[in-house]
Amino acid sequence: MDYRNLIKIAIKALANNKMRGFLTMLGIIIGVASVISMLAIGGGSKQSIREEIGSMGSNMIMVSPGNGRFGGVRQSASSMQTLKMADYESIVREASYIAKITPTVNASGQVIKGANNTPTTIYGVNPEYLDIRGYVVESGSMFDDNDVKHANKVCVVGKTVVTELFPNGEDPLGQIIRYNKIPMKIVGVLQSKGYNTMGMDQDDLIIAPYTTVQKRILAITYIQGITASAISEEYTDKAIDEMTQILQSNHGIKIGQDNDFNVRSQQEMMETMSSVMDLLTVLLACVAGISLIVGGIGIMNIMYVSVTERTREIGLRMSIGAKERHILFQFLIEAVIISVAGGIIGVVVGVGVSKIIAMFGTPTLVQGYSILLSFAVCTITGIFFGWYPAKKASQLNPIDAIRYE
Amino acid sequence: MSEIIKIENLKREFVVGDEVVRALRGLSFTINQGEFVTIMGTSGSGKSTLLNILGCLDVATSGEYYLDGVSVKDISKNDRATLRNRKIGFIFQSYNLLPKTTSIENVELPLMYNREVSTSERYKRAVAALEAVGLSDRLKHKSNQLSGGQQQRVAIARALVNNPVMILADEATGNLDTRTSYEVLTLFQNLHNEGKTIVFVTHNPELAQFSSRTITLRDGHIINDIQNNRIVSAKDVLATMPKEDEQSV
Ligand SMILES: Nc1ncnc2c1ncn2[C@@H]1O[C@H](COP(=O)(O)OP(=O)(O)OP(=O)(O)O)[C@@H](O)[C@H]1O
Ligand SMILES: [Mg+2]
Repeated sequence: MDYRNLIKIAIKALANNKMRGFLTMLGIIIGVASVISMLAIGGGSKQSIREEIGSMGSNMIMVSPGNGRFGGVRQSASSMQTLKMADYESIVREASYIAKITPTVNASGQVIKGANNTPTTIYGVNPEYLDIRGYVVESGSMFDDNDVKHANKVCVVGKTVVTELFPNGEDPLGQIIRYNKIPMKIVGVLQSKGYNTMGMDQDDLIIAPYTTVQKRILAITYIQGITASAISEEYTDKAIDEMTQILQSNHGIKIGQDNDFNVRSQQEMMETMSSVMDLLTVLLACVAGISLIVGGIGIMNIMYVSVTERTREIGLRMSIGAKERHILFQFLIEAVIISVAGGIIGVVVGVGVSKIIAMFGTPTLVQGYSILLSFAVCTITGIFFGWYPAKKASQLNPIDAIRYE
Repeated sequence: MSEIIKIENLKREFVVGDEVVRALRGLSFTINQGEFVTIMGTSGSGKSTLLNILGCLDVATSGEYYLDGVSVKDISKNDRATLRNRKIGFIFQSYNLLPKTTSIENVELPLMYNREVSTSERYKRAVAALEAVGLSDRLKHKSNQLSGGQQQRVAIARALVNNPVMILADEATGNLDTRTSYEVLTLFQNLHNEGKTIVFVTHNPELAQFSSRTITLRDGHIINDIQNNRIVSAKDVLATMPKEDEQSV
């Protein structure tokens, strides 16, 4: 059989119906492009969260009250009172794998300076908190242990708080702000850290001595958490074990009993986070999958209709001597050209759209498998539904195909 | 003379809803090679149905059709396609040209499915066929840029281009003015003289005089089958026609 002629026939048929070919292609382009960009968004946010958490240092350890299981009535971690200053003190005394450590308490509320006010969170910590979290004081200085000891009304503020309270650019150092009616003196301003991937503003905070927050703001004696850093990354696991043992013995928890606290490393947080992101990616993949199916059905429709409406043409070709395989080959070539060209354009568009989305701030990561998957699904659907109706039509009597309406 | 077409008790029924339309109710006849047969009959008498079966485009509900001595039932689908491609030139009542396609491409089409014909030969033969039907000045016109009569002539050219042994024409002159239809008839008579078998369906009783035999159908039956020993030459008639009649169609 002369395939050259059949390829010529197919190309001629395509050229004669540019609009139809283009519309069919459009279905494939949109299908492929939307799946690629959808998965790129999922992949991108996951990757950037990983990077972000990783960059925060994987030697950070956090202790929070409450147990890790879903037994009994669960209370919100901050309202639990299982962590005491004594726990912090015994860790400081006994632990050997901990470099820096601070008790933490925090409160949310409105901070006021003159006519300006803004809602923010106040973190009660000791000076070691800066090193653990990687904050840097840009101007002024951090409060010291003496301030902690005396529960002095001093604080260090983040850039967001500064811009909210001092819109005219006054020097915030030495100014008195009010947090829940408590006047506090600003002794330092933190260097900006910007937003994290979860969209949280890391500059929207006030840091104050934990004693101040405990006594003057919350009026509590317990602490809400302990944040520490291991002496180095490799010792994180050992540090966790150590802290767990100290707390267990402090709390009188026997082997087999549930802990009334949680010790988690940054590493674990990262894993939790990325499992959340995995879920999100699965969700996005589902959406992508649905759009792939919808796209596939669209392609199916267009292909099916455009071949079905050409039943007359098929009948005519058969009446002048085309064999079934000639017809099939012609339509196969047409479908391959349309589907593959559409698929390639779709990949280009999808990658382009992902890049554009990235330019607008949402991180995207185009993954190889998404290109492969969407391309394969769309082109295979296109080819199959370009070929299958042609196959059916070519099995008709020529005259029945010609008469087809 | 050898038999090229032989049908025996040929029936064709169409099921429409729960009604059965009996288009052909048992036809039998034989056509020898080189005959020029006119098939006449009123509208709906079954002429197109018969011709479609003779052209291997349709199959009979019952009865036998021997083409060149072979029962068409026993010919495979592929071989029937080859038959249509090499041996039969079929002219449809409704032309059936490929839309959006030029005259020359439409005429080339049967040869596209014949790999023995090279590209240059295909083009040459298509041009020759279009010249034969007087359309050499319309090679690049698309189907929708041609008049009905011109489309009909493209369809005729397409049927002739594969140099078939048998030409089946369904109302091939139905849309042509008198002069052009005589020109086409002259063409058919020339082909007949070359030894080709022609089956020519028409409404027009005047055209019977140009063929060697006339079969008349009514309601799916043959009611008349007569030989014509005094074939009138269409060319001669054409010569007697005043030139002024010539008009573009
Ligand atoms: N595909 C079909 N389905 C149902 N009935 C059909 C079909 N084709 C033809 N018929 C019926 O068969 C009969 C013969 O039709 P046919 O087309 O052969 O007539 P004809 O002699 O060619 O008429 P005309 O001179 O008008 O072309 C008609 O009654 C028609 O309705
Ligand atoms: Mg008819």
